[in-house]
Amino acid sequence: MVKVFGNKATRFGFGEALVELGAKDDKIFVLGADTVSSVAINGFQDKFPDRFANVGIAESNLLGMAAGLSISGFIPFVSTYGVFASGRPWEQIRTTICYSKLNVKIGGSHSGLMVGPDGATHQALEEIAIMRCIPNMTVLVPCDAVETKKATMAAAYYKGPVYIRYGRENIPVITDESTPFEIGKAQVIKEGKDVCIMACGSMVYEALSAAEILEKEGIKAKVLNIHTIKPIDEKAVIDAAKECGAVVTAEEHQKFGGFGSAVAEVIVKNFPVPMEFVAVNDTFGESGKPSDLIAKYGLKDVNIVAAVKNVLKRK
Amino acid sequence: METADLKIISASVRKDILTMLEQAGSGHPGGSLSSVELMVDLYFNHMKINPKNFNDPARDFFILSKGHVCPVLYSVLAQMECISKDELCTLRKIGSRLQGHPAKDKNIPGVEISTGSLGYGLSIAAGVAKGMKTLKRDNRVYVLMGDGEQQEGSIWEAAMSASHFKLDNLCAVIDCNGLQIDGPVDKVLNIEPITDKYLSFGWNVISIDGHNLEEVDNAYARAKLNKEKPTVIIAKTVKGKGVSFMENNADWHGKAPSKEQLLQAFKEIDAAV
Repeated sequence: MVKVFGNKATRFGFGEALVELGAKDDKIFVLGADTVSSVAINGFQDKFPDRFANVGIAESNLLGMAAGLSISGFIPFVSTYGVFASGRPWEQIRTTICYSKLNVKIGGSHSGLMVGPDGATHQALEEIAIMRCIPNMTVLVPCDAVETKKATMAAAYYKGPVYIRYGRENIPVITDESTPFEIGKAQVIKEGKDVCIMACGSMVYEALSAAEILEKEGIKAKVLNIHTIKPIDEKAVIDAAKECGAVVTAEEHQKFGGFGSAVAEVIVKNFPVPMEFVAVNDTFGESGKPSDLIAKYGLKDVNIVAAVKNVLKRK
Repeated sequence: METADLKIISASVRKDILTMLEQAGSGHPGGSLSSVELMVDLYFNHMKINPKNFNDPARDFFILSKGHVCPVLYSVLAQMECISKDELCTLRKIGSRLQGHPAKDKNIPGVEISTGSLGYGLSIAAGVAKGMKTLKRDNRVYVLMGDGEQQEGSIWEAAMSASHFKLDNLCAVIDCNGLQIDGPVDKVLNIEPITDKYLSFGWNVISIDGHNLEEVDNAYARAKLNKEKPTVIIAKTVKGKGVSFMENNADWHGKAPSKEQLLQAFKEIDAAV
Protein backbone atom coordinates (compact mmCIF):
# COMPACT_ATOMS: atom_id res chain seq x y z
CA MET A 1 0.00 0.00 0.00
CA VAL A 2 1.16 3.51 -0.78
CA LYS A 3 1.88 5.43 2.42
CA VAL A 4 -0.72 8.18 2.78
CA PHE A 5 -1.31 10.83 5.43
CA GLY A 6 -5.04 11.18 4.92
CA ASN A 7 -7.14 12.79 2.23
CA LYS A 8 -7.36 16.48 1.49
CA ALA A 9 -8.20 18.70 -1.46
CA THR A 10 -5.23 20.57 -2.90
CA ARG A 11 -7.23 23.83 -2.98
CA PHE A 12 -6.97 23.96 0.81
CA GLY A 13 -3.18 23.88 0.56
CA PHE A 14 -3.38 26.96 -1.66
CA GLY A 15 -5.75 28.75 0.71
CA GLU A 16 -3.69 27.95 3.82
CA ALA A 17 -0.51 29.18 2.17
CA LEU A 18 -2.16 32.51 1.34
CA VAL A 19 -3.19 33.03 4.96
CA GLU A 20 0.37 32.33 6.11
CA LEU A 21 1.85 34.57 3.44
CA GLY A 22 -0.61 37.33 4.23
CA ALA A 23 0.34 37.30 7.91
CA LYS A 24 4.02 37.80 7.28
CA ASP A 25 4.03 39.97 4.17
CA ASP A 26 1.74 42.93 3.59
CA LYS A 27 2.63 42.90 -0.10
CA ILE A 28 0.41 39.87 -0.64
CA PHE A 29 -2.89 40.85 -2.31
CA VAL A 30 -5.55 38.31 -3.27
CA LEU A 31 -8.23 38.68 -5.93
CA GLY A 32 -11.22 36.41 -6.40
CA ALA A 33 -13.94 36.17 -9.02
CA ASP A 34 -17.13 35.07 -7.25
CA THR A 35 -15.75 31.62 -6.48
CA VAL A 36 -14.01 32.77 -3.32
CA SER A 37 -15.18 30.04 -0.95
CA SER A 38 -15.06 27.22 -3.46
CA VAL A 39 -11.43 27.94 -4.33
CA ALA A 40 -10.65 28.31 -0.61
CA ILE A 41 -9.36 31.88 -0.59
CA ASN A 42 -12.04 32.98 1.89
CA GLY A 43 -9.59 32.48 4.75
CA PHE A 44 -7.41 35.24 3.36
CA GLN A 45 -10.47 37.40 2.71
CA ASP A 46 -11.59 37.07 6.34
CA LYS A 47 -8.17 37.83 7.80
CA PHE A 48 -6.96 40.52 5.42
CA PRO A 49 -10.02 42.20 3.90
CA ASP A 50 -8.01 45.33 3.01
CA ARG A 51 -5.76 43.28 0.75
CA PHE A 52 -8.55 41.35 -0.89
CA ALA A 53 -10.84 42.19 -3.79
CA ASN A 54 -13.68 40.22 -5.31
CA VAL A 55 -14.05 41.41 -8.89
CA GLY A 56 -17.15 39.37 -9.61
CA ILE A 57 -17.65 37.12 -12.61
CA ALA A 58 -15.15 38.97 -14.76
CA GLU A 59 -11.97 37.01 -15.37
CA SER A 60 -10.47 39.37 -17.95
CA ASN A 61 -10.65 42.17 -15.41
CA LEU A 62 -9.38 39.80 -12.70
CA LEU A 63 -6.09 39.34 -14.51
CA GLY A 64 -5.93 42.96 -15.68
CA MET A 65 -6.35 44.30 -12.16
CA ALA A 66 -3.79 41.82 -10.87
CA ALA A 67 -1.36 43.24 -13.44
CA GLY A 68 -2.05 46.75 -12.14
CA LEU A 69 -1.61 45.69 -8.52
CA SER A 70 1.68 44.13 -9.48
CA ILE A 71 3.04 47.37 -10.95
CA SER A 72 1.90 49.20 -7.85
CA GLY A 73 4.22 46.96 -5.82
CA PHE A 74 2.01 44.13 -4.57
CA ILE A 75 2.44 40.40 -5.13
CA PRO A 76 -1.07 39.61 -6.40
CA PHE A 77 -2.53 36.11 -6.29
CA VAL A 78 -5.69 35.43 -8.26
CA SER A 79 -7.74 32.27 -8.08
CA THR A 80 -10.77 30.80 -9.71
CA TYR A 81 -11.68 27.61 -11.55
CA GLY A 82 -8.90 26.54 -13.90
CA VAL A 83 -10.94 26.86 -17.09
CA PHE A 84 -11.74 30.48 -16.25
CA ALA A 85 -8.34 31.32 -14.76
CA SER A 86 -6.37 30.15 -17.77
CA GLY A 87 -8.74 30.18 -20.72
CA ARG A 88 -10.90 33.29 -20.66
CA PRO A 89 -8.07 35.69 -19.74
CA TRP A 90 -5.39 33.86 -21.74
CA GLU A 91 -4.43 36.91 -23.74
CA GLN A 92 -4.19 39.12 -20.65
CA ILE A 93 -1.90 36.47 -19.17
CA ARG A 94 0.16 36.41 -22.36
CA THR A 95 0.37 40.03 -23.40
CA THR A 96 -0.13 41.99 -20.21
CA ILE A 97 1.41 39.72 -17.59
CA CYS A 98 3.99 37.42 -19.18
CA TYR A 99 5.29 39.85 -21.82
CA SER A 100 5.75 42.42 -19.06
CA LYS A 101 7.24 39.75 -16.71
CA LEU A 102 4.85 40.81 -13.97
CA ASN A 103 4.87 39.21 -10.56
CA VAL A 104 1.32 37.83 -10.85
CA LYS A 105 0.50 34.40 -9.38
CA ILE A 106 -2.44 32.53 -10.85
CA GLY A 107 -4.17 29.78 -8.91
CA GLY A 108 -6.12 27.50 -11.22
CA SER A 109 -8.40 25.45 -9.02
CA HIS A 110 -10.87 22.72 -10.04
CA SER A 111 -8.45 21.13 -12.46
CA GLY A 112 -9.05 17.86 -14.22
CA LEU A 113 -11.87 15.37 -14.54
CA MET A 114 -12.23 15.13 -10.77
CA VAL A 115 -14.43 18.24 -10.82
CA GLY A 116 -16.96 15.50 -11.51
CA PRO A 117 -20.70 16.18 -11.83
CA ASP A 118 -20.31 19.73 -13.19
CA GLY A 119 -19.17 18.11 -16.42
CA ALA A 120 -16.92 19.08 -19.28
CA THR A 121 -17.49 22.85 -19.16
CA HIS A 122 -15.87 22.99 -15.73
CA GLN A 123 -13.26 20.25 -16.07
CA ALA A 124 -10.01 22.07 -16.84
CA LEU A 125 -7.88 19.76 -18.96
CA GLU A 126 -5.86 22.15 -21.09
CA GLU A 127 -4.13 24.56 -18.71
CA ILE A 128 -0.70 22.95 -18.73
CA ALA A 129 -0.59 23.21 -22.52
CA ILE A 130 -1.86 26.76 -22.82
CA MET A 131 0.18 28.13 -19.92
CA ARG A 132 3.52 26.49 -20.60
CA CYS A 133 3.68 27.77 -24.17
CA ILE A 134 3.85 31.39 -22.97
CA PRO A 135 7.36 32.81 -22.50
CA ASN A 136 8.33 33.82 -18.94
CA MET A 137 5.59 31.65 -17.40
CA THR A 138 6.30 29.10 -14.66
CA VAL A 139 3.85 26.19 -14.33
CA LEU A 140 3.44 24.18 -11.13
CA VAL A 141 1.27 21.08 -10.68
CA PRO A 142 1.69 19.91 -7.07
CA CYS A 143 0.73 16.36 -6.11
CA ASP A 144 -1.22 16.88 -2.89
CA ALA A 145 -2.45 19.51 -0.45
CA VAL A 146 0.84 19.68 1.46
CA GLU A 147 2.85 20.17 -1.71
CA THR A 148 0.31 22.71 -2.99
CA LYS A 149 0.91 24.76 0.13
CA LYS A 150 4.66 24.61 -0.39
CA ALA A 151 4.32 25.45 -4.09
CA THR A 152 2.16 28.46 -3.26
CA MET A 153 4.60 29.73 -0.63
CA ALA A 154 7.48 29.28 -3.08
CA ALA A 155 5.58 30.96 -5.93
CA ALA A 156 5.16 34.14 -3.89
CA TYR A 157 8.88 34.77 -3.97
CA TYR A 158 9.69 33.23 -7.34
CA LYS A 159 10.22 36.10 -9.74
CA GLY A 160 7.68 36.53 -12.51
CA PRO A 161 4.33 35.01 -13.41
CA VAL A 162 3.47 31.59 -11.98
CA TYR A 163 0.50 29.33 -12.70
CA ILE A 164 -0.35 26.82 -9.97
CA ARG A 165 -2.74 24.03 -10.94
CA TYR A 166 -4.71 22.26 -8.23
CA GLY A 167 -8.09 20.70 -7.61
CA ARG A 168 -11.33 20.57 -5.71
CA GLU A 169 -11.65 16.90 -4.73
CA ASN A 170 -10.05 15.19 -1.80
CA ILE A 171 -7.02 13.22 -2.89
CA PRO A 172 -4.47 11.23 -0.87
CA VAL A 173 -1.78 13.24 0.89
CA ILE A 174 1.49 11.52 0.05
CA THR A 175 4.06 14.10 1.16
CA ASP A 176 4.67 15.65 4.55
CA GLU A 177 6.30 18.75 5.96
CA SER A 178 9.76 17.22 5.64
CA THR A 179 9.46 16.41 1.93
CA PRO A 180 11.72 18.83 0.08
CA PHE A 181 10.18 21.19 -2.45
CA GLU A 182 12.02 23.46 -4.82
CA ILE A 183 10.55 25.01 -7.96
CA GLY A 184 12.23 23.41 -10.99
CA LYS A 185 13.48 20.36 -9.13
CA ALA A 186 11.82 17.00 -9.73
CA GLN A 187 11.85 14.39 -7.01
CA VAL A 188 12.56 10.70 -7.18
CA ILE A 189 9.95 9.25 -4.85
CA LYS A 190 10.56 5.60 -5.63
CA GLU A 191 13.67 3.94 -7.00
CA GLY A 192 13.62 1.41 -9.83
CA LYS A 193 15.56 0.59 -13.01
CA ASP A 194 13.14 -1.11 -15.40
CA VAL A 195 10.98 1.86 -16.31
CA CYS A 196 10.41 5.41 -15.09
CA ILE A 197 6.91 6.65 -14.40
CA MET A 198 6.91 10.45 -14.45
CA ALA A 199 3.80 12.02 -13.01
CA CYS A 200 2.36 15.32 -11.86
CA GLY A 201 -0.57 16.39 -9.71
CA SER A 202 -3.14 13.81 -8.71
CA MET A 203 -1.44 11.19 -10.88
CA VAL A 204 1.61 10.97 -8.63
CA TYR A 205 -0.38 8.84 -6.18
CA GLU A 206 -1.64 6.65 -9.04
CA ALA A 207 1.95 6.29 -10.25
CA LEU A 208 3.10 5.10 -6.84
CA SER A 209 0.21 2.68 -6.68
CA ALA A 210 1.06 1.41 -10.18
CA ALA A 211 4.68 0.91 -9.13
CA GLU A 212 3.51 -1.29 -6.27
CA ILE A 213 1.36 -3.40 -8.58
CA LEU A 214 4.30 -3.72 -11.00
CA GLU A 215 6.66 -4.68 -8.20
CA LYS A 216 4.50 -7.70 -7.41
CA GLU A 217 4.98 -8.75 -11.02
CA GLY A 218 8.72 -8.29 -10.79
CA ILE A 219 8.93 -4.95 -12.63
CA LYS A 220 10.87 -2.29 -10.76
CA ALA A 221 9.56 1.16 -11.62
CA LYS A 222 11.21 4.43 -10.73
CA VAL A 223 8.68 7.15 -9.91
CA LEU A 224 9.41 10.82 -10.48
CA ASN A 225 7.20 13.58 -9.10
CA ILE A 226 7.59 16.43 -11.57
CA HIS A 227 5.66 19.22 -9.90
CA THR A 228 7.32 21.91 -12.01
CA ILE A 229 6.25 21.51 -15.61
CA LYS A 230 8.07 24.66 -16.60
CA PRO A 231 10.97 25.12 -16.22
CA ILE A 232 11.14 21.33 -16.35
CA ASP A 233 13.98 19.55 -14.55
CA GLU A 234 15.77 18.39 -17.69
CA LYS A 235 18.57 16.70 -15.80
CA ALA A 236 16.20 14.56 -13.75
CA VAL A 237 14.29 13.52 -16.88
CA ILE A 238 17.43 12.70 -18.86
CA ASP A 239 19.02 10.82 -15.95
CA ALA A 240 15.88 8.72 -15.50
CA ALA A 241 15.65 7.99 -19.23
CA LYS A 242 19.28 6.85 -19.24
CA GLU A 243 18.86 4.74 -16.14
CA CYS A 244 15.54 3.09 -17.04
CA GLY A 245 15.45 3.11 -20.85
CA ALA A 246 11.66 3.55 -20.97
CA VAL A 247 9.32 6.27 -19.75
CA VAL A 248 5.60 6.53 -19.01
CA THR A 249 4.10 9.92 -18.22
CA ALA A 250 0.86 10.36 -16.27
CA GLU A 251 -1.30 13.47 -16.00
CA GLU A 252 -4.93 14.38 -15.43
CA HIS A 253 -4.87 16.60 -18.50
CA GLN A 254 -5.17 16.42 -22.29
CA LYS A 255 -2.56 14.29 -23.98
CA PHE A 256 -1.64 16.92 -26.56
CA GLY A 257 0.66 19.68 -25.42
CA GLY A 258 0.59 18.85 -21.74
CA PHE A 259 2.99 17.35 -19.23
CA GLY A 260 3.78 14.26 -21.32
CA SER A 261 4.63 16.49 -24.26
CA ALA A 262 6.93 18.57 -22.05
CA VAL A 263 8.76 15.41 -20.96
CA ALA A 264 8.90 14.14 -24.55
CA GLU A 265 10.48 17.40 -25.71
CA VAL A 266 13.37 16.78 -23.33
CA ILE A 267 13.72 13.06 -24.07
CA VAL A 268 13.55 13.31 -27.86
CA LYS A 269 16.23 15.96 -27.95
CA ASN A 270 18.60 14.44 -25.42
CA PHE A 271 18.18 10.69 -25.01
CA PRO A 272 15.36 9.10 -27.01
CA VAL A 273 13.74 6.11 -25.32
CA PRO A 274 10.33 4.50 -25.85
CA MET A 275 7.53 6.47 -24.21
CA GLU A 276 3.85 6.00 -23.38
CA PHE A 277 1.42 8.70 -22.30
CA VAL A 278 -1.33 8.24 -19.75
CA ALA A 279 -3.60 11.25 -20.17
CA VAL A 280 -7.05 12.27 -21.38
CA ASN A 281 -7.07 11.18 -24.98
CA ASP A 282 -8.16 14.26 -26.97
CA THR A 283 -11.70 14.25 -25.68
CA PHE A 284 -13.90 16.30 -23.35
CA GLY A 285 -15.05 14.88 -20.04
CA GLU A 286 -18.64 14.46 -18.82
CA SER A 287 -20.67 14.50 -15.63
CA GLY A 288 -20.13 11.73 -13.15
CA LYS A 289 -18.52 10.76 -9.87
CA PRO A 290 -14.83 11.67 -9.85
CA SER A 291 -13.74 8.07 -9.26
CA ASP A 292 -15.95 6.81 -12.09
CA LEU A 293 -14.60 9.46 -14.46
CA ILE A 294 -10.98 8.71 -13.62
CA ALA A 295 -11.64 5.04 -14.36
CA LYS A 296 -13.63 5.67 -17.54
CA TYR A 297 -11.06 8.02 -19.01
CA GLY A 298 -8.13 5.76 -18.21
CA LEU A 299 -6.34 7.63 -15.44
CA LYS A 300 -6.06 4.87 -12.82
CA ASP A 301 -3.02 2.98 -11.57
CA VAL A 302 -4.08 0.03 -13.74
CA ASN A 303 -3.89 2.22 -16.83
CA ILE A 304 -0.35 3.20 -15.90
CA VAL A 305 0.48 -0.48 -15.38
CA ALA A 306 -0.84 -1.26 -18.87
CA ALA A 307 1.18 1.61 -20.35
CA VAL A 308 4.31 0.33 -18.62
CA LYS A 309 3.80 -3.13 -20.11
CA ASN A 310 3.35 -1.60 -23.54
CA VAL A 311 6.45 0.55 -23.30
CA LEU A 312 8.55 -2.35 -22.03
CA LYS A 313 7.75 -4.28 -25.23
CA ARG A 314 9.56 -1.54 -27.14
CA LYS A 315 12.49 -1.14 -24.75
CA MET B 1 2.71 75.69 -18.23
CA GLU B 2 0.85 78.26 -20.29
CA THR B 3 -1.33 77.35 -23.23
CA ALA B 4 0.94 79.14 -25.71
CA ASP B 5 3.90 77.01 -24.61
CA LEU B 6 1.85 73.82 -24.72
CA LYS B 7 0.86 74.69 -28.30
CA ILE B 8 4.49 74.95 -29.32
CA ILE B 9 5.30 71.64 -27.63
CA SER B 10 2.25 70.02 -29.28
CA ALA B 11 3.48 71.13 -32.70
CA SER B 12 6.91 69.71 -31.96
CA VAL B 13 5.38 66.41 -30.77
CA ARG B 14 3.32 66.20 -33.99
CA LYS B 15 6.46 66.67 -36.07
CA ASP B 16 8.32 64.03 -34.06
CA ILE B 17 5.47 61.56 -34.49
CA LEU B 18 5.43 62.00 -38.25
CA THR B 19 9.23 61.90 -38.50
CA MET B 20 9.34 58.64 -36.53
CA LEU B 21 6.67 57.08 -38.70
CA GLU B 22 8.28 58.21 -41.95
CA GLN B 23 11.58 56.70 -40.77
CA ALA B 24 9.89 53.50 -39.65
CA GLY B 25 7.89 53.12 -42.85
CA SER B 26 4.87 51.95 -40.86
CA GLY B 27 2.86 52.81 -37.76
CA HIS B 28 -0.22 54.72 -36.68
CA PRO B 29 -0.36 58.46 -37.38
CA GLY B 30 -4.12 59.09 -37.11
CA GLY B 31 -4.66 58.20 -33.46
CA SER B 32 -1.25 59.50 -32.42
CA LEU B 33 -2.04 62.95 -33.81
CA SER B 34 -5.55 63.03 -32.35
CA SER B 35 -4.26 62.51 -28.81
CA VAL B 36 -1.39 65.05 -28.82
CA GLU B 37 -3.05 67.79 -26.73
CA LEU B 38 -4.47 65.22 -24.28
CA MET B 39 -0.96 63.82 -23.75
CA VAL B 40 1.02 67.07 -23.72
CA ASP B 41 -1.19 68.80 -21.18
CA LEU B 42 -1.28 65.67 -19.00
CA TYR B 43 2.50 65.27 -18.90
CA PHE B 44 3.43 68.95 -18.63
CA ASN B 45 0.68 70.23 -16.35
CA HIS B 46 -0.77 67.38 -14.32
CA MET B 47 1.16 64.14 -13.92
CA LYS B 48 3.45 64.03 -10.92
CA ILE B 49 6.55 62.50 -12.43
CA ASN B 50 10.25 62.80 -12.01
CA PRO B 51 11.83 62.52 -15.47
CA LYS B 52 15.11 61.59 -13.77
CA ASN B 53 13.46 58.73 -11.90
CA PHE B 54 10.38 57.19 -13.42
CA ASN B 55 10.31 54.55 -10.67
CA ASP B 56 9.70 57.14 -7.97
CA PRO B 57 7.05 55.59 -5.68
CA ALA B 58 5.36 59.00 -5.47
CA ARG B 59 4.78 59.16 -9.23
CA ASP B 60 1.47 59.29 -11.01
CA PHE B 61 0.93 56.35 -13.35
CA PHE B 62 0.09 56.45 -17.04
CA ILE B 63 -1.18 53.43 -18.97
CA LEU B 64 -1.43 53.67 -22.76
CA SER B 65 -4.33 51.34 -23.38
CA LYS B 66 -4.37 52.12 -27.10
CA GLY B 67 -0.78 51.00 -27.42
CA HIS B 68 -0.64 51.52 -31.17
CA VAL B 69 -0.36 55.28 -30.66
CA CYS B 70 2.93 54.85 -28.80
CA PRO B 71 4.65 57.39 -31.10
CA VAL B 72 2.83 60.14 -29.17
CA LEU B 73 4.01 58.66 -25.85
CA TYR B 74 7.60 58.26 -27.06
CA SER B 75 7.57 61.83 -28.42
CA VAL B 76 6.29 63.26 -25.14
CA LEU B 77 8.90 61.24 -23.23
CA ALA B 78 11.51 62.68 -25.61
CA GLN B 79 10.24 66.17 -24.76
CA MET B 80 10.92 65.27 -21.12
CA GLU B 81 14.41 64.13 -22.17
CA CYS B 82 13.76 60.52 -21.16
CA ILE B 83 14.36 59.34 -24.71
CA SER B 84 16.82 61.00 -27.11
CA LYS B 85 15.62 62.43 -30.41
CA ASP B 86 18.03 60.06 -32.15
CA GLU B 87 16.45 57.08 -30.47
CA LEU B 88 13.00 58.18 -31.67
CA CYS B 89 14.10 57.34 -35.21
CA THR B 90 14.73 53.71 -34.21
CA LEU B 91 10.96 53.14 -33.83
CA ARG B 92 9.85 49.71 -35.07
CA LYS B 93 13.37 48.73 -36.14
CA ILE B 94 15.12 45.54 -35.06
CA GLY B 95 16.95 45.86 -31.76
CA SER B 96 15.17 49.10 -30.82
CA ARG B 97 13.67 49.78 -27.40
CA LEU B 98 10.86 51.54 -29.21
CA GLN B 99 8.69 48.62 -30.22
CA GLY B 100 5.66 49.05 -32.47
CA HIS B 101 3.59 48.74 -29.31
CA PRO B 102 5.01 49.67 -25.87
CA ALA B 103 7.14 46.95 -24.28
CA LYS B 104 7.89 46.99 -20.58
CA ASP B 105 10.86 44.66 -20.89
CA LYS B 106 12.71 47.27 -22.97
CA ASN B 107 13.05 49.43 -19.84
CA ILE B 108 11.93 52.72 -21.31
CA PRO B 109 11.41 55.26 -18.53
CA GLY B 110 7.69 55.98 -18.44
CA VAL B 111 6.47 52.73 -20.00
CA GLU B 112 4.81 51.05 -17.02
CA ILE B 113 3.52 47.97 -18.82
CA SER B 114 3.28 46.34 -22.25
CA THR B 115 0.12 47.28 -24.11
CA GLY B 116 -1.20 46.98 -27.62
CA SER B 117 -3.98 44.46 -27.49
CA LEU B 118 -6.98 46.70 -27.06
CA GLY B 119 -9.30 46.66 -24.07
CA TYR B 120 -6.75 45.88 -21.36
CA GLY B 121 -5.60 49.28 -20.10
CA LEU B 122 -8.62 50.19 -18.02
CA SER B 123 -8.34 47.00 -15.93
CA ILE B 124 -4.63 47.57 -15.46
CA ALA B 125 -5.23 51.17 -14.40
CA ALA B 126 -8.00 50.07 -12.04
CA GLY B 127 -5.56 47.58 -10.50
CA VAL B 128 -2.94 50.28 -9.96
CA ALA B 129 -5.59 52.63 -8.53
CA LYS B 130 -6.81 49.90 -6.17
CA GLY B 131 -3.20 49.33 -5.15
CA MET B 132 -2.66 53.00 -4.38
CA LYS B 133 -5.89 53.13 -2.37
CA THR B 134 -4.80 50.06 -0.41
CA LEU B 135 -1.45 51.70 0.34
CA LYS B 136 -3.31 54.91 1.28
CA ARG B 137 -1.23 56.86 -1.21
CA ASP B 138 -2.51 59.77 -3.26
CA ASN B 139 -0.81 58.87 -6.55
CA ARG B 140 -3.16 59.30 -9.48
CA VAL B 141 -3.59 56.87 -12.36
CA TYR B 142 -4.27 57.92 -15.94
CA VAL B 143 -5.22 55.72 -18.86
CA LEU B 144 -5.70 56.70 -22.50
CA MET B 145 -8.15 54.65 -24.55
CA GLY B 146 -9.60 54.90 -28.02
CA ASP B 147 -13.26 55.20 -28.91
CA GLY B 148 -13.24 52.08 -31.07
CA GLU B 149 -11.62 50.32 -28.12
CA GLN B 150 -14.85 50.81 -26.17
CA GLN B 151 -16.20 47.90 -28.21
CA GLU B 152 -14.07 45.50 -26.15
CA GLY B 153 -16.07 43.72 -23.43
CA SER B 154 -13.21 43.83 -20.94
CA ILE B 155 -13.52 47.64 -20.84
CA TRP B 156 -16.95 47.26 -19.28
CA GLU B 157 -15.80 44.71 -16.71
CA ALA B 158 -13.18 47.26 -15.70
CA ALA B 159 -15.65 50.16 -15.79
CA MET B 160 -17.93 48.27 -13.41
CA SER B 161 -15.02 47.49 -11.09
CA ALA B 162 -13.60 51.01 -10.98
CA SER B 163 -16.86 52.49 -9.76
CA HIS B 164 -17.57 49.56 -7.42
CA PHE B 165 -14.20 50.11 -5.72
CA LYS B 166 -14.73 53.91 -5.71
CA LEU B 167 -11.45 54.56 -7.52
CA ASP B 168 -11.56 58.35 -7.57
CA ASN B 169 -7.79 58.35 -8.10
CA LEU B 170 -8.40 56.94 -11.58
CA CYS B 171 -8.82 59.23 -14.57
CA ALA B 172 -9.60 57.58 -17.89
CA VAL B 173 -9.42 59.50 -21.15
CA ILE B 174 -11.16 58.45 -24.34
CA ASP B 175 -9.70 59.89 -27.52
CA CYS B 176 -12.91 59.99 -29.56
CA ASN B 177 -11.57 60.51 -33.05
CA GLY B 178 -14.54 58.70 -34.54
CA LEU B 179 -12.62 56.33 -36.79
CA GLN B 180 -11.27 52.82 -36.53
CA ILE B 181 -9.52 50.55 -39.06
CA ASP B 182 -12.66 49.58 -40.92
CA GLY B 183 -14.19 53.06 -40.95
CA PRO B 184 -16.39 55.29 -38.78
CA VAL B 185 -16.93 53.89 -35.28
CA ASP B 186 -20.70 54.43 -35.54
CA LYS B 187 -20.81 52.37 -38.72
CA VAL B 188 -18.52 49.53 -37.58
CA LEU B 189 -20.13 49.11 -34.14
CA ASN B 190 -21.79 52.11 -32.61
CA ILE B 191 -20.59 52.91 -29.07
CA GLU B 192 -23.02 55.80 -28.46
CA PRO B 193 -24.41 57.02 -26.16
CA ILE B 194 -20.98 56.66 -24.54
CA THR B 195 -21.58 59.40 -21.95
CA ASP B 196 -24.77 57.73 -20.76
CA LYS B 197 -23.02 54.37 -20.62
CA TYR B 198 -20.29 55.64 -18.28
CA LEU B 199 -22.80 57.64 -16.22
CA SER B 200 -24.90 54.54 -15.75
CA PHE B 201 -21.79 52.61 -14.74
CA GLY B 202 -21.31 55.13 -11.91
CA TRP B 203 -18.58 57.32 -13.37
CA ASN B 204 -17.97 61.04 -13.27
CA VAL B 205 -18.04 62.10 -16.93
CA ILE B 206 -16.40 65.21 -18.39
CA SER B 207 -16.92 65.93 -22.09
CA ILE B 208 -14.50 68.22 -23.90
CA ASP B 209 -12.94 69.24 -27.20
CA GLY B 210 -9.72 67.22 -27.03
CA HIS B 211 -7.73 69.76 -29.04
CA ASN B 212 -8.69 72.78 -26.95
CA LEU B 213 -5.85 72.98 -24.44
CA GLU B 214 -7.82 75.11 -21.96
CA GLU B 215 -10.64 72.57 -21.93
CA VAL B 216 -8.19 69.67 -21.61
CA ASP B 217 -6.36 71.35 -18.75
CA ASN B 218 -9.58 72.17 -16.98
CA ALA B 219 -10.84 68.60 -17.33
CA TYR B 220 -7.76 67.08 -15.68
CA ALA B 221 -8.03 69.66 -12.87
CA ARG B 222 -11.72 68.90 -12.30
CA ALA B 223 -11.04 65.17 -12.28
CA LYS B 224 -8.65 65.61 -9.35
CA LEU B 225 -11.38 67.30 -7.28
CA ASN B 226 -13.89 64.53 -7.87
CA LYS B 227 -14.48 62.17 -4.95
CA GLU B 228 -15.86 58.63 -4.63
CA LYS B 229 -16.15 58.01 -8.37
CA PRO B 230 -13.64 57.39 -11.15
CA THR B 231 -13.57 60.05 -13.87
CA VAL B 232 -13.68 59.60 -17.61
CA ILE B 233 -12.79 62.47 -19.92
CA ILE B 234 -14.59 61.99 -23.20
CA ALA B 235 -12.54 64.02 -25.63
CA LYS B 236 -13.91 64.75 -29.09
CA THR B 237 -10.94 64.81 -31.42
CA VAL B 238 -10.02 64.72 -35.09
CA LYS B 239 -8.14 61.68 -36.33
CA GLY B 240 -4.92 62.86 -37.99
CA LYS B 241 -5.32 66.34 -36.42
CA GLY B 242 -2.98 68.98 -37.84
CA VAL B 243 -2.30 67.41 -41.21
CA SER B 244 -5.00 68.24 -43.74
CA PHE B 245 -4.70 65.12 -45.87
CA MET B 246 -4.77 62.84 -42.82
CA GLU B 247 -7.65 64.49 -40.96
CA ASN B 248 -10.83 62.44 -40.62
CA ASN B 249 -9.49 59.79 -42.96
CA ALA B 250 -9.49 56.18 -41.72
CA ASP B 251 -6.88 55.32 -44.35
CA TRP B 252 -4.35 57.08 -42.11
CA HIS B 253 -5.07 54.85 -39.13
CA GLY B 254 -2.05 52.71 -39.80
CA LYS B 255 0.07 54.07 -42.65
CA ALA B 256 3.35 55.98 -42.67
CA PRO B 257 3.80 59.22 -44.62
CA SER B 258 6.28 59.49 -47.50
CA LYS B 259 9.13 62.00 -47.38
CA GLU B 260 7.11 64.44 -49.51
CA GLN B 261 4.04 64.03 -47.34
CA LEU B 262 6.19 64.60 -44.26
CA LEU B 263 7.46 67.92 -45.62
CA GLN B 264 3.93 69.00 -46.53
CA ALA B 265 2.76 68.07 -43.02
CA PHE B 266 5.60 70.04 -41.42
CA LYS B 267 4.56 73.15 -43.38
CA GLU B 268 0.99 72.86 -42.16
CA ILE B 269 1.98 72.22 -38.54
CA ASP B 270 4.41 75.16 -38.52
CA ALA B 271 1.83 77.45 -40.14
CA ALA B 272 -0.71 76.59 -37.44
CA VAL B 273 1.50 77.59 -34.47
